[in-house]
Amino acid sequence: MTMQPASTEIAPRTAAIIQELKDLEGPLLPILHGIQEEFGHVPHDAVPVIADGLNLSRAEVHGVVTFYHDFRARPAGRHVLKLCQAEACQSMGSDAVAARIKQLLGIDFHETTRDGSVTLEPVYCLGLCACSPSAMLDGEVIGRLDDEKIDEIVAEVRS
Amino acid sequence: MTPRIYIPGDSGALALGAEKVAKAIANELAERGIEAKIVRNGSRGAYFLEPMVEVATANGRVAYGPVKPSDVKSLFDSGFLKGGHHKRWLGAPDKIPFLAKQTRLTFARCGINDPLSLDAYKSLGGLKGLQNAVAMAPADIVSQVTDSGLRGRGGAGFPTGIKWKTVLDTTSERKYIVCNADEGDSATFADRMIMEGDPFVLIEGMAIAGIATGATKGFVYIRSEYPHAVATMNKAVEIARKHGVLGVNVLGSPNAFDMEIRVGAGAYVCGEETSLLNSLEGKRGVVRAKPPLPAIQGLFGKPTVINNVISLASVPIIMDKGAAFYKDFGMGRSRGTIPIQIAGNVKQGGLFETAFGLTLGEIVDDIGCGTSTGRPVKAVQVGGPLGAYFPRALFDTPFDYEEFAKRDGLIGHAGITVFDDTADMLKQARFAMEFCAIESCGKCTPCRIGSTRGVETIDRLAAGIEPEKNLALVTDLCNTMKFGSLCALGGFTPYPVMSSITHFPEDFKPAPARVAAE
Repeated sequence: MTMQPASTEIAPRTAAIIQELKDLEGPLLPILHGIQEEFGHVPHDAVPVIADGLNLSRAEVHGVVTFYHDFRARPAGRHVLKLCQAEACQSMGSDAVAARIKQLLGIDFHETTRDGSVTLEPVYCLGLCACSPSAMLDGEVIGRLDDEKIDEIVAEVRS
Repeated sequence: MTPRIYIPGDSGALALGAEKVAKAIANELAERGIEAKIVRNGSRGAYFLEPMVEVATANGRVAYGPVKPSDVKSLFDSGFLKGGHHKRWLGAPDKIPFLAKQTRLTFARCGINDPLSLDAYKSLGGLKGLQNAVAMAPADIVSQVTDSGLRGRGGAGFPTGIKWKTVLDTTSERKYIVCNADEGDSATFADRMIMEGDPFVLIEGMAIAGIATGATKGFVYIRSEYPHAVATMNKAVEIARKHGVLGVNVLGSPNAFDMEIRVGAGAYVCGEETSLLNSLEGKRGVVRAKPPLPAIQGLFGKPTVINNVISLASVPIIMDKGAAFYKDFGMGRSRGTIPIQIAGNVKQGGLFETAFGLTLGEIVDDIGCGTSTGRPVKAVQVGGPLGAYFPRALFDTPFDYEEFAKRDGLIGHAGITVFDDTADMLKQARFAMEFCAIESCGKCTPCRIGSTRGVETIDRLAAGIEPEKNLALVTDLCNTMKFGSLCALGGFTPYPVMSSITHFPEDFKPAPARVAAE
């Protein structure tokens, strides 16, 4: 995970991403994904640079950034753990899984542990509905969560 | 002959440990000095058997599953490379009852080979539909699709051919094909499976759609929760371009068609077609009022075909075998096959492609084999988070668009979630409202505010506060949302809520004991 960048670095790095992607049809989402990949979040200081580069108002860019659940205003922890909370996983006890993980990590959804090791998020469906309850840890998928797998996940994000 | 071992790379199989199994097999091969080729195929969709490893023997494929890394040594000891017996032995994959009972048209190739091998794709009939299409007049392609009876598999069930004809009949110089791969409904994974397991069939379907309507550019909008599908589709598009399946001369014809893969950003509502178009344009994923229809004014204001993954992936077989072949399957006005996704608390979960017409009971009891907890089935939600909860009393409902509609339900994207008797239907109804509140795009009032008021009212019901009055209020609110919302999010949230209230009234009765216990 990237360290919090100095605001002087944000503008040139954002501009480079815009330059690379601005000729796409409808370039804003690809650009925002690119920025989030670069910085780990979409920094506030990137917004005017995007607005300028795409000839949009800052309000328009802000509106788009804040509409989508994926774009973060702040960097996440070193690990991101997403727990599916949708119906198929509910039918297999995802509530209890979430409660246990929250207790083990000492945080609620949308929070990051104080040591910055992990951010916990709910997700509404990973398409692993025949292997419920499921989770995604740093992009890796995990199905049929049980106590053993939960302990493994917690140990991994804590290490 | 070098032995070939097939280990799925599908994310469902990966979630169940396929990667560790692949590593263990590779290690064991090295340790024993055996030369073998490991192929990472897609999944055949029998997730209760995943990771399902197959070996190619002189007598055809032999499957083993579910394989754990700890099974690998004993598999080698049992001579599994020659199909030897082992406790995980399943025999020929196409004889496994769950797979043998299916009619695989759209998913005919899914899970058999390396999804990124164009040669393997062609060896199993791939590209035949597109080859036929490039030799045909656009209007004839559209008629074939119309005559096949194919209806939108995303949930709305609108006839695909009619949508295409509308776009064909426009005179715009620029038209688009947009594939809706924002498969956000819980219990659905058919789009994911085909994108990861047979990506070329989607590319072929989109190219046919382009040629049929005069569109030269396509977009696949894939949700960000599917990173594996995004990666596979990106690679497949590149391969297709390199081999002339995409480009200025599709399969050497004068037709041009190319496409791009785009990634969503975690908004469920972008599965709604007009909100998806806004998102592709780089705007907030807010729903647009219709008319104008996307077929007339869609992406960037241009005529646009917007179809679900499975609709587009079903087109190649129609163009290969003909409209009559496809139409021959199914019942009533629901023609062809449907990939039913059996999910949740179920013993044999997975994807089951079959002609329309099986009853819900057959799907849950005979194919799914009941709950995985072994408890009685209480409710089955059909059609994702916006679908109705059906009790056992409605298990005779045939899987068909109209039959489900008659019983105040919908088949949606054909995902079904099974719940056992521990399910609390008031809690499920509350979740439906809560989910709508989280995911509402905010454009129309019934959805934006109704969902929040819905959660509050159901909470009052749960607390036993004026139950009769609040139940009437929820019913009235659902009525407003159903008829007053701009799109299916607010408009269909009443389905899970009202079906819970109607079919499971006991869960909505004041239960002071339950409240006290909490």
